[in-house]
Amino acid sequence: MADALHTLSAAELGRRLAAGSLTSRALCEALLARYDAVNEKVGAFTHLDRADVLAQADASDARRQAGQGRGPLEGIPVAIKDNIAVKGQPLTCSSKMLASLVSPYDSHVAERLRAAGAILYGRLNMDEFAMGSSTENSAVRKTFNPWDLARIPGGSSGGSAAALAAGLVPLSLGSDTGGSIRQPASHCGVVGLKPTYGLVSRFGLVAFASSLDQIGPMARSVEDCELLLTALASADVRDMTCFGPAERALTPAGDAKQLRIGVPKGFLGKGVAPEVAAAVEAAIAFYRAQGCAVSEVELPSADLAVPTYYVVATAEASSNLGRYDGVRYGHRSAQAGTPFEMMTNSRSEGFGAEVKRRILLGTFVLSAGYADAYYNRALRARAKIRAEYLAALAQVDVLLTPTVPTPAFKVGEKASDPLQLYLEDIFTIPANLAGLPALSVPCGKSGHLPVGFHLVGAPLSEAKLLAAGRLFEAAHGFAHQQVAL
Amino acid sequence: MSSSAEWEVVIGLEVHVQLRTRAKVFASSSWGFGQEPNEQVDPVVLGLPGTLPVVNREAVEKSILFGLVVGAEIPARCAWDRKNYFYPDNPKNYQLTQKDFPVVVGGSVEIELPGASRNVMGEHKRIRLHHAHLEEDVGKLSHAGSGSLVDYNRAGVPLLEIVTEPDLRSAAEAEAFLRSLVAMLTQAGVADCDMEKGQLRCDCNVSIRRPGAPLGTRTETKNLNSISSVRDTVVYETARQIRELEAGRAITQETRGWNAELSRGYVLRDKEDAHDYRYFPDPDIPTLELSRATVERLAKQVPENLYDRQRRYMDKLGLPFTAASVLVADRALAEWFEAAVAAHPANPQGIANLVANDLLRDLSAAAGAATGFGEAAPAPISLASCPIKPAQLAGLVKLTDDGVISKQQAKEVFAEMFRSGQDAAAIVDAKGLRQNSDTGELEKIVQEVIADPAVAKSIAEYRAGNEKAINALKGPIMKRTQGKANPGLIDQLLRKALG
Repeated sequence: MADALHTLSAAELGRRLAAGSLTSRALCEALLARYDAVNEKVGAFTHLDRADVLAQADASDARRQAGQGRGPLEGIPVAIKDNIAVKGQPLTCSSKMLASLVSPYDSHVAERLRAAGAILYGRLNMDEFAMGSSTENSAVRKTFNPWDLARIPGGSSGGSAAALAAGLVPLSLGSDTGGSIRQPASHCGVVGLKPTYGLVSRFGLVAFASSLDQIGPMARSVEDCELLLTALASADVRDMTCFGPAERALTPAGDAKQLRIGVPKGFLGKGVAPEVAAAVEAAIAFYRAQGCAVSEVELPSADLAVPTYYVVATAEASSNLGRYDGVRYGHRSAQAGTPFEMMTNSRSEGFGAEVKRRILLGTFVLSAGYADAYYNRALRARAKIRAEYLAALAQVDVLLTPTVPTPAFKVGEKASDPLQLYLEDIFTIPANLAGLPALSVPCGKSGHLPVGFHLVGAPLSEAKLLAAGRLFEAAHGFAHQQVAL
Repeated sequence: MSSSAEWEVVIGLEVHVQLRTRAKVFASSSWGFGQEPNEQVDPVVLGLPGTLPVVNREAVEKSILFGLVVGAEIPARCAWDRKNYFYPDNPKNYQLTQKDFPVVVGGSVEIELPGASRNVMGEHKRIRLHHAHLEEDVGKLSHAGSGSLVDYNRAGVPLLEIVTEPDLRSAAEAEAFLRSLVAMLTQAGVADCDMEKGQLRCDCNVSIRRPGAPLGTRTETKNLNSISSVRDTVVYETARQIRELEAGRAITQETRGWNAELSRGYVLRDKEDAHDYRYFPDPDIPTLELSRATVERLAKQVPENLYDRQRRYMDKLGLPFTAASVLVADRALAEWFEAAVAAHPANPQGIANLVANDLLRDLSAAAGAATGFGEAAPAPISLASCPIKPAQLAGLVKLTDDGVISKQQAKEVFAEMFRSGQDAAAIVDAKGLRQNSDTGELEKIVQEVIADPAVAKSIAEYRAGNEKAINALKGPIMKRTQGKANPGLIDQLLRKALG
C-alpha cells in the first residue's frame, strides 16, 4: 500500500500513524519518492531538504514510541509557502531579491506546527512577494496545474495548491491577501481557507499588504483543512493585530442543513464562464435540497472591491517592500558607488516587473496631492464594503459565489494583460477588505478543469463555513479525486 | 532706517528625547550606550522580512508621565503612522511615528530666565507645547574610507518628540526652556537627557518679523545635539535672516545643518527638495487605547514641579533664591534636603546652607573629575552613596542651634561625618568638642582673667566706650578652657562682670 500513501488524507494518515501501522519515516520516504517522480513536471516546490525531513520524521516516530505524541498532526508533513519563515530554511518569496536569505527565526505558525509534531516539509513556489494570480511571477520557476500541465495553478499560493493536487504532500500553508489561497485552491481542485483577519498570527509572514494578509490552511479535504486550522490559530503577542485569548472563540457551527445561504445579486452573471456558473448553481441546489434557506442579497458596492483593493494593497506594499535595499540582507547590486546607488540598483535588479508595477502604483496613490483622491478614498470605499458585507451577514449565515469566474487559463495567456489578471480575484477580494473568513471548496469541473465555490461568513464563523463544506464534500467526494500524472 | 533692535525673533523647538526604558520601542532588544556596533539588534529591529512591531508599554507610560508632568492632555487613544523615506540607517525604510494621534497633546513648560545677577531671580515664563509623539530612533551611518558603515544599535530606541508652540523669543529663552525641560524629564525619570550620548537632540525653527507683524518665513536647523548649539544657532540664524531681509532679499524656507566646530549654519535642502514622506496609518499597530486607570496611576508618580518647589522653599522655608535654586535643580538633592528638614524643622536655612555648600562640594569632590559630563546633566553626584544621612545632618544643625558646638566647630564635625559616616553627637563627644556652658565655672574663670593686670588696659578702653576692646579678654578665657567655652555665654558673663 506504500505507493498509495500520497493519495491519503491527513486525517487517514494520522489514524494509521496512531495505530502504529505507519511510521512518519515511511510516509516521508514515500512522499520523497513521489517528489522525485512528479515535482519536475509540476514545479510546486522550490526547496526540499531531505535529510532535514527524515530527521524530523525520525524524531516524530521516537516521540510517538515514547508515548509523547503531540496530537493529530504528529508525524504528518506540512509544506510551507516560501513567504512564511521557518528557522534555517530559505525565505525567498520566490524573488531574486531574497534568493540568498535563510530565515534566522521561526514564524508563529512554524512554532505551532513544531509544537503539534508536524514535519515542516519544504518550501513552495509562489508569485514573487505573493503578487499575482498564476505563480508566473515567480523568479525561481514555473508551477503548472496538475490537472493540465499547460495551465497555470493559480496564485499566488500556486505551489501550495499544486503540491496538494499532485499528491506531493497532504497539507500545505498558503497566504491570502486578495484570494491567494482560494483562487489556486479552486483552480487545482483542493480546499483552501482564508481565516478571519486576526485569527492566525502574521508573525513570520513576509508582509505584502499588512491589513489584508492572512496565513491559511490548504488541503485535499475540508476535514484536513480544519485539522490544520486548529493547529495554526492561537494568540500571539508578537502580532498586535492577532486576537487575544479572550477574543478568538469561534461561533459554533450549528447544523449545516439549517444554514441561511445568501447569493449576491449579479455574481453569477457577466464574466462568469457557463460551466463555472452551472457547477455553482448545482451546489446551491444541493444546499437547498438539504434544507438550507437560499436567498438573494444585495451588495451594491461590490464593484468597488477590485479598484479599492489595488489602491490599499499596493499602498501598503510600496511601504512594506521598502526594506529590501541590499543594505542588511538580500540582493546587493555589484554596480554601486554611493549607498543610494547601491539601494537603487539593488532594487532595480532584485524585483520583478509585477512587483515594480505595484510598488510604483502604491507610491503614487500615497503621494502628496494624490493620497486624498486615491488612498484615503479607497479607505472610505473599504469601510463601505465591509459595512455592506456585515449587514448582509446579519441576514444570512454565509454568502455563496464562484471562487473564480473562469477555470485555469493557459500559461502565458494573460501574462501581458495585468488588468485581466486582476479580475481573477473579483469574488475573493471583498473577504480580505472586510477581514472575513472565506473558504473555497471543489464543486465540479469545467471540462477537465476543477471549479470551486466560495463561502464567506461573518468574523469568526470558520466552523460554520467548514461544516457547510463538509456537508457538500460528504455528498460529492471530490476531495480524494486524483490527478493522473 | 531699520536696525536689528526692531526685529523680533520667533523660535519653535522640536526636541527628540530618548526615553529611559529597558527595551526598544517596538522590539524586545535592550539598548544602552557604548556597546559594540550591531550588538543590540534582533530580527524586529533589523526589519527582517516577516517581523512585526509590538508597542512597548513602558515607553507609552513614560510618554504619558511626561504629559502629566507638563500638564498636557492625555487623549483617549493614540496611533502610529509610517513615514516613508529611504536611508541606509533606517532598517525598514519607514519610521514608525505618530502624525495625527500623538500620545500627548498640549501642556506647557515654565522657564526661568537669568536674573540681573546670580543672586537675583530672573523672569519666569510659560512656553506652550503643541504635542509630543512617540517614535523610533534610527541607526547611525558613518563613512569609512571608500565605504559606508551602519550601526543599528540605536535603531528602535524610543524617542519622544516634544514640539513647542512658537513661543520662544530669544536664544536665552531657548536655552532656559531646554534646561527646564531637561530638569523635568530627568526629575520624573522619563529620560536621562545625556547629550554627550545623543539622548537629546533638537530641531530649531527660527523666523524673524517686525513686532506685531505676521510670522515670517522660517528655517529649520536640524539635529542640534547640545544646548549651546541651539543657543548659537538662534544667534547665528537671527543675524543671518536680519542681514538677508535688510539687504532686500527674501528668506527661503529651507532645512539647515549646524557645524558646531565652525559655529556656522549651512543649507541641507530647500523646499523644492523636501521629502514626500507618504504618511499612512501603520496597519501593524492597532489604535492604542490609553486607559484612564493607567493615567491615574501614573499621575501619582508626577514629582513636584521644579518651580513650585523653588517657590515653596523661598516662601515657606525662607531660603534665599540661590540656595533654593541649587536644591531644586536636582530632585534627589531636594528630597534629601526635605528629609533633613523633617528631622529638624526649626532651621531649614541652616540645613540648606550645609547641603547647598558643604555637602555638594564634598560630594562633587568625591565623584572625582566628573565635570563636563554633559552640560545639562545634573551634577554627577550620588546621594545614594552619600556617607551622611539626612537625619544625621539635621542632628549636626540641631547641635549648633542648641549652642552645643560653635558654627566653626560644626564645619569640622561635618568634615568628620563625611569621612566616617558617624553621628554628629558621637564625633563631638569623641573629640571633646562639647562647649563649656557651665555658668559657675566660667564666671570663676572670668573673674580670674579680669583680675590679671595684663588686661587692665583693655578693660579701661571698654569702659571708656570701645566695644571691641572686650574681645581682647575673650582670648585668654578660651585659652584657659581649651577653646570649649561657649562664646555667647562668655560675652554675656564678661559684660556682666565689667558692669
